[in-house]
Amino acid sequence: MSMIETRADRMVLSLGPHHPSMHGVLRLIVTLNGENVEDCEPVLGYLHRSMEKIAENRTIVQYLPYVTRWDYLATMFTEAVTVMAPEQMADVKIPRRASFIRVIMMELSRIASHLLWLGPFMIDIGANTPFFYCFRERELVYDLFEAATGMRMMHNYFRIGGVAADLPYGWVNKCRDFCTYLPDRLEEYDRLITKNPIFRNRVEGVGVIEQEDAINWGLSGPMLRASGVPYDLRRAEPYEIYSELDFEIAWTTEGDCLARYFVRMKELRESIKMIEQCLDMLPGGPYENLEAQRIAGGPKSEWNGPDYQFIGKKSSPNFKIPAGEHYIKVEAPKGELGIYMVSDGSMSPWRWKIRPPGFINLQVLPEIVKDMKLADLMAILGSVDIIMGEVDR
Amino acid sequence: MNEPIDLGNSFAEAVAGFGIPADLARVLWMPIPMLVVILSASVAVLLSVWAERKWSAYMQQRLGPTVAGLNGFMQGVADGAKLLVKEDVIPRKGDPWLFTFGPVIIIIPIFFAYLVIPFGQGLVISDLAIGIFFFVAISSVAPIGALMAGYASNNKYALLGGLRAAAQGISYELPLALSILSIVMMSNSLSTVDIVNMQSTHGILSWNILKPGVGQIGFVIFLISALAETERAPFDLPEAESELVQGHHTEYSGMKFALFYLAEYANLVLGSLVASILFLGGWSFIVPMGTVANLLGIDPLDPAFQVFSALLGIVMTIAKATLFVFLAILARWTLPRVRIDQLLDLGWKFLLPLALFNLLLTAALKLAFPAFFGG
Repeated sequence: MSMIETRADRMVLSLGPHHPSMHGVLRLIVTLNGENVEDCEPVLGYLHRSMEKIAENRTIVQYLPYVTRWDYLATMFTEAVTVMAPEQMADVKIPRRASFIRVIMMELSRIASHLLWLGPFMIDIGANTPFFYCFRERELVYDLFEAATGMRMMHNYFRIGGVAADLPYGWVNKCRDFCTYLPDRLEEYDRLITKNPIFRNRVEGVGVIEQEDAINWGLSGPMLRASGVPYDLRRAEPYEIYSELDFEIAWTTEGDCLARYFVRMKELRESIKMIEQCLDMLPGGPYENLEAQRIAGGPKSEWNGPDYQFIGKKSSPNFKIPAGEHYIKVEAPKGELGIYMVSDGSMSPWRWKIRPPGFINLQVLPEIVKDMKLADLMAILGSVDIIMGEVDR
Repeated sequence: MNEPIDLGNSFAEAVAGFGIPADLARVLWMPIPMLVVILSASVAVLLSVWAERKWSAYMQQRLGPTVAGLNGFMQGVADGAKLLVKEDVIPRKGDPWLFTFGPVIIIIPIFFAYLVIPFGQGLVISDLAIGIFFFVAISSVAPIGALMAGYASNNKYALLGGLRAAAQGISYELPLALSILSIVMMSNSLSTVDIVNMQSTHGILSWNILKPGVGQIGFVIFLISALAETERAPFDLPEAESELVQGHHTEYSGMKFALFYLAEYANLVLGSLVASILFLGGWSFIVPMGTVANLLGIDPLDPAFQVFSALLGIVMTIAKATLFVFLAILARWTLPRVRIDQLLDLGWKFLLPLALFNLLLTAALKLAFPAFFGG
């Protein structure tokens, strides 16, 4: 006798690389049982541009325009880590003013990055309007960048030994204006988003990562701090002048999408605090190492010599990276952005290994989306905050 | 108003003057209101598309369409013209017949439902005795079209979208019908005209939304269910862009997509009109027109006053419906999308019991205070 049996076919859905909420060109092969996600496999490589290999036949200055294309929403961090690696290997001292300018730029970049995380995250869970508000604020950050660096996104502003140009006249006041403007807007977001019951239902308890898992998966940044690990490189291993700044590490223990939202919103406020402190403490003086040495050496300084003057048809002297290897890391908005550099003493690195936070954080996605709904997959993916430019490099 | 305007009879009498028999005049009259309603529904769709684009733009600190027509007014027409001449693509491995009939089945019931919408005393195509029941019945057909479109597209996103549309349509049909039922109970009639007449006795005081308790509960249930029925955010799961690309619309282009688009906005306008008829007294002014006439010292049966009050009725209906369209647009551009299980929970575990409770409360109140609750 034949029995009537029910058989549920699994639907294998290829989300992406062309899909509205795949944050660029991520492709997820999702196995669906009805609306439930049974399995999820990320497929990477659609934006691979050989960023590590390119570094091996460029000098650092030649390579700097490329690095803003890793994480194109938090560009200052990629530049910072690129120049900090050879600086530390060659023991190049940075003038204090340059260090402050770098920190201000990095924190502004963190604000821009977190704002452009919030907008698409809200679109992922179906609210379109916050995106435009986030862009309105981000535009002001980019205006500041444009005034200081000449470019809005791909600034190419950091140099070994300092920054490419000093802050223009009036920039500090404009930056202060922005610091007084943004907190009110963040209050606005709180009223629009945080207190919205539909938003809370969509993200609360969704995509939970336990503390131990977060550490074992090697997560970093807000993903780690939302799971109850108050680990921030700015505090744990301070670089530049972070040790002089007064700020709190944003962290919570829930480990869900809402916790990651809170951590990032808190980081926005902390960044504002840090920028204000930097603007208060901003010293005068040279903004670049050679400039500093030239001023210190007086008119007879070797940096005033013919080698370092601009003479047509004469190529400027090159910077050779000392032989050796070094790992350098900064706390980027997405997590720990690291460079492992091996040099054989030539002008370009022998090996240039990038540790992108988005790539490492993305690994945990298949684990936390199991048995969630398809709509949760988008909320979780949004809360991970990936940029395919740095995931694929 | 003892002897309201009857345009049909006036037309018949006017044509009879040309020597055409009354029966034939009736037949000649029939297509005119139909055309008027189809045209005004299409114009309403264009207006609400424009309104949505402008209002949403202002909410987001943008300008919205500005080029086509005065302040972007003709943008809907331009979009329609573009879709009209666009290539109509049918997926090779899809089902061409179901694919074609999907949008048709979605849009026809919506235009049918305009049959029972009164825009004023006597300004209704057909005053069916089962008017509002006809609306409930015919609007349940639309999920079938969505399911057909989703299945026939041979696309996984479309299939998921179609299934979601069907689940959502069924879940919210019940609370919608139950909240309407309590209004019907208070009005002692299923006819839309009678429902409005019941609310026009004491002006704003007799509107159903001001009936203590049941009016407000029913109003909230109706608003949520109607919003879910129209498949607009925060209940736009069938076409959730961030999850299903465009749901069952994904494979559609050209005129078939335009039908979906038209259906969405026609449904929105329809829902707003029904909400204003059920809860805000349809065409009735905030004070009864009889009182107005007495205050001004005019005979209520004066033809000029009749024309004025008919026009006022149309304006009131449209103004009230616009309020609901605005509310829907406001909700769409403010709220995130709910998840499918939350959507079904809200429908089955909250709205349905609440609607049943509301029905019982209406019955109890009607027995206790028949004077206030249409005994």
